Amino acid sequence: MKQSLFQSSMRRAPYVFVLPFIISVLVFYLYPIIATIVMSFQDVVPGETRFIGTANYQKMFSEDFSKALGNSFKYTAFTILILIPVPVILAVMLNTHRRRTNAAYRAVLFLPSLVSVVVAGTIFRLMFAYSPRAVINAVIVALGGRATDWVLGGAAQAMFLMVMIAVWRWTGVNIVYFLSGLQSIPSELYEAADMDGARPLRRLFSITLPLLKPTIIFVTTISIFGGFAMFEESFIFWQGQSPNNVGLTMVGLIYKKGFQTGSMGLASAIGIVLMVVIFIVSVIALRSFGFFKRES
Amino acid sequence: MALLTKRLRAPEAAKYVLLAMLAILFLFPIYSLILASFRPGRDLMRYGITFASLAPDFFSGNNYAALLTGHSGAYPVWYRNSLLLAFFQTVFTLGFSSFVGYGLGVYQFRARNALTLLVLFIMIVPLQILILPLYKLMTTLHTMNTFPGILLPFIVSPFAIFFFRQYAVGIPKDFLDAGRIDGLNEYAIFLRISAPLMTPAFGAMAILVAQQSWNNFLWPLIVVRTGNMFTLTIGLNSLLTPYGNNYDMLIAGSCVASVPIIIVFFFFQKYFISGLSAGGIKG
Repeated sequence: MKQSLFQSSMRRAPYVFVLPFIISVLVFYLYPIIATIVMSFQDVVPGETRFIGTANYQKMFSEDFSKALGNSFKYTAFTILILIPVPVILAVMLNTHRRRTNAAYRAVLFLPSLVSVVVAGTIFRLMFAYSPRAVINAVIVALGGRATDWVLGGAAQAMFLMVMIAVWRWTGVNIVYFLSGLQSIPSELYEAADMDGARPLRRLFSITLPLLKPTIIFVTTISIFGGFAMFEESFIFWQGQSPNNVGLTMVGLIYKKGFQTGSMGLASAIGIVLMVVIFIVSVIALRSFGFFKRES
Repeated sequence: MALLTKRLRAPEAAKYVLLAMLAILFLFPIYSLILASFRPGRDLMRYGITFASLAPDFFSGNNYAALLTGHSGAYPVWYRNSLLLAFFQTVFTLGFSSFVGYGLGVYQFRARNALTLLVLFIMIVPLQILILPLYKLMTTLHTMNTFPGILLPFIVSPFAIFFFRQYAVGIPKDFLDAGRIDGLNEYAIFLRISAPLMTPAFGAMAILVAQQSWNNFLWPLIVVRTGNMFTLTIGLNSLLTPYGNNYDMLIAGSCVASVPIIIVFFFFQKYFISGLSAGGIKG
């Protein structure tokens, strides 16, 4: 009797354990995904919601849209171009036997990721203020340049600000990812390379980078997701109202259309397109890494 | 041999000079924020952070006093809200995610692999895209402008589930069988035997979840409607007006808002790192 009670408890238990996940996936992921798809074919007005076919998709491709898509693309590209190679090099530098010193540097570089975007934005606003006396402009003026209006001065300045704030906040995090990847590389490989008299650069390209590839793929993938989902870094500088939309991103556009203009249907259609874009870009990136090839 | 070590020293020194410069560059914004918090807000508004303002020669506690009294005592309310939210978010997210992750890690059952794949799939769906239907859902549930409205979508975290799953896989089966022989049911085994064994995982995820909750911005921006429900990020953002008349509170408020998380980091660095590294390893 007792035995069978245990067995039935054991058979049922796994399902009880995963039940909260199933419920929350249904409520907070599956329903919203389906609702977004449905809403993208609707004109959503409180009280009377009606299907309007693909009208949202047809009127979506406005000037705002191309600006937002362009900005999100550029932001993602720039952040990946900087936030993969630089942290890889720094992680290699910090992956030596001087543990204490290296841990201290790692902690310092990690620190910016702890402060919120709002705080980071406040600091950057003040450092990149228009006044020629503000630190960044002061350096530029001292070097013979002219004081720049970083926040309102134009598209290039705006992109620079957004990328810089990302670099400041995420370098340390990516270093941690790469360090954990480096630590899984067996030290025998380096010892063997030393015996063969391999130079540091050769070791980097023949051992470190190939074996770090899984981590590089992982960080690239999350950078693509994060880059296209970027909203906050832009919002804190312009509160959704940047001149000529220099700071408008895809999620910013969804927020603007959905909450500020009240066109939920249109915003949903943009959300669907964004999901497709993220999917395509990550598949292309993963393919270029040879991720889908079977290991020989 | 001696010659060899000498030759290695020069690049080694160059490396640490470079790292030191980088460290200074990365600390500079935080250092300048702290110093700026002791200066009058109107100077900051006019000139931003200047090299002159970086000399540690001017200290006034006025901005910090303004935090307690400014905007009829709004800042302490934001702070309390953020603390409460971080606390409840951590408790609920850890409770549910460890429960689910443990179930996926320890038991062999039919839906196991499919559900694990689903966890990974959910991890890649950015919540930012789902804000519209989630907003409608919160309106339907009448949870707009409430704590549950801010907490609910994050209660089951796919990342935390995956982390606990990976941890639970490593729990020796003998421990669980010993519990069964002692007459414990599966849930008592989870609570009394397995959960204590997963303490490091709880530590890592507690810090990650608390930090995310503390810095959460986009979702509270949508859910929160009235000043008494503002979190720190939303409140500070509301001070970022183009007129800059709130810089006294903004700068000091930013400093005080960052203090808890930085203190926690220095005490529990190990957990921060292991919480993150879990993501990197699986590739």
